[in-house]
Amino acid sequence: MPNPSYFFQQSLNALQLGSIYALIALGYTLVYGVLRMINFAHGDLFMVGGFFCFAAATYLGLSFVPTLLLVMALAALLGVLLERVAYRPLRNAPRVSAVITALGCGIFLEHLVLARYPYPQSVPELVHNVTWHVAGLSFSSLQLLIVGLSVGLMLLLDFVVRRTMVGLAMRAISWDMRVVPLLGVPVDRIITFTFALGGALGGAAGVMYSLAYPVVDPFMGVLVGWKAFIAAVLGGIGNIRGAMLGGFLLGGVEIFVAAYYPSTYRDFVAFALLLGLLILRPYGLLGRPPTQKV
Amino acid sequence: MSPASPLLSVQDLRVSYGDIPAVKGISFDVGEGEIVALVGANGAGKTSTLRAISGVVPCKGRILFGGQDLRKIPTDRIVALGIAHVPEGRGIFGDLTVHENLRLATWPRKDRHDLDRDYGRVFELFPRLKERRDQLGGTLSGGEQQMLALGRALMIRPRMLLLDEPSMGLAPKLVRDIFKVLGEIHRAGATLLLIEQNANMALHVATRAHVLETGTIALSGSGPELLKDPRVREVYMGG
Ligand SMILES: Nc1ncnc2c1ncn2[C@@H]1O[C@H](COP(=O)(O)OP(=O)(O)OP(=O)(O)O)[C@@H](O)[C@H]1O
Ligand SMILES: [Mg+2]
Repeated sequence: MPNPSYFFQQSLNALQLGSIYALIALGYTLVYGVLRMINFAHGDLFMVGGFFCFAAATYLGLSFVPTLLLVMALAALLGVLLERVAYRPLRNAPRVSAVITALGCGIFLEHLVLARYPYPQSVPELVHNVTWHVAGLSFSSLQLLIVGLSVGLMLLLDFVVRRTMVGLAMRAISWDMRVVPLLGVPVDRIITFTFALGGALGGAAGVMYSLAYPVVDPFMGVLVGWKAFIAAVLGGIGNIRGAMLGGFLLGGVEIFVAAYYPSTYRDFVAFALLLGLLILRPYGLLGRPPTQKV
Repeated sequence: MSPASPLLSVQDLRVSYGDIPAVKGISFDVGEGEIVALVGANGAGKTSTLRAISGVVPCKGRILFGGQDLRKIPTDRIVALGIAHVPEGRGIFGDLTVHENLRLATWPRKDRHDLDRDYGRVFELFPRLKERRDQLGGTLSGGEQQMLALGRALMIRPRMLLLDEPSMGLAPKLVRDIFKVLGEIHRAGATLLLIEQNANMALHVATRAHVLETGTIALSGSGPELLKDPRVREVYMGG
């Protein structure tokens, strides 16, 4: 390591980018867990979250915390709406129809936003960034906030999924959706809740992203969304902790490749590594082969 | 011995899958506190009948539970009304622990204060589940899974249990154990509607029984009557 403080700075950058990927990856994995479907509109839901953030700060003049809460609530609502209007009617249709519908919904959202905002918009400063210097290392308050909040949200989600009744129901649906109603559990309500959770996390990612890179544009969800999806698959799609791990791993690989090699190498090296990993572990890092169902 | 107002009344029930009829207009009652058995060969329509009652498959006819028509009511609400359905194949959640499988079944309950007593009761009926409280459902043996499926149904605190072949795939000793527990559950006040292909045990415990043949009721009677019936003996118990 030629320069420890440079390495440290890059580590913080990696955590920041990784936590954004992880938050979005969770949305893919949550929905996949209950419906066995890839919600390809999720990256665009993240983008709409960024625009909600822009709008809350610009038009309503809200400060950071109310903005975050409002955006998470609206994005949750949007996630629920997507499921209700576009995916639920296709619940028993071939999976590929639902996936194509999701892609279509994503493109619809991009162009809906594009119609109103043809140009990228800058997001007002929501959090004043200060940099602390301690023992030759510099800490940016913004980065700490983004990483801290994201990790907090992830711990909360992990708790919900592992410990609460709704989480139990989500895991049961993931195993065998047909049996769940026989225990008196309303499957549709659990699925709605799952989309709300995924939407809220995607919205939060939109806010974090707008803090870190304060420009929003209607297509910002495309590449970020794909990458987060790849992170979810890398961790083991359907696995909550896998999505977090995959997000941080992808963030780390991207930042460090760009830090030590020409930046044009970034995605090529990053994806070569990820594809290699998938060849070694086809079900992802924490995923398991589908188990025999009884 | 049909009581004045049965707990469950199935009237002219029809179930079809596409154009293929599986249940062709059957009627029977289950009185409070009874054990009613439906026996019949493979494909007779036993499972379809239970699935129609708990709203898993659409059907025609009337299904009254406590006077209320169950058709058009979604499955989870039928369960909340007090009908627990232990499905064919048990339906254990493989990557939930034994305790989590039981816990999920408390979802529809409003009286949450005495949950501990009900866990205690299930573990008393099935001590093997207690030892395996934190084991994943998918790693249980077939017999243990059947115990868990029954235990899970009890956590719902149902008025009525629909049991789809609880003895399937179990060794004779385990079958007797399961039926002993069913007897205890019945004595504690539950009403049972029991499906069995292997008619012997079912007819021994049943207050009333019906023989299903290709979607219609071919014979009805008390358990002991059907046990003595030569047709039943020949077809379902190997003479
Ligand atoms: N989902 C389905 N789609 C099409 N046909 C079905 C379906 N389920 C059952 N059937 C048909 O309906 C008929 C009755 O099936 P059902 O499962 O009710 O029989 P059963 O009496 O429970 O048999 P078994 O003892 O083998 O479990 C069978 O002919 C079966 O092939
Ligand atoms: Mg059957």
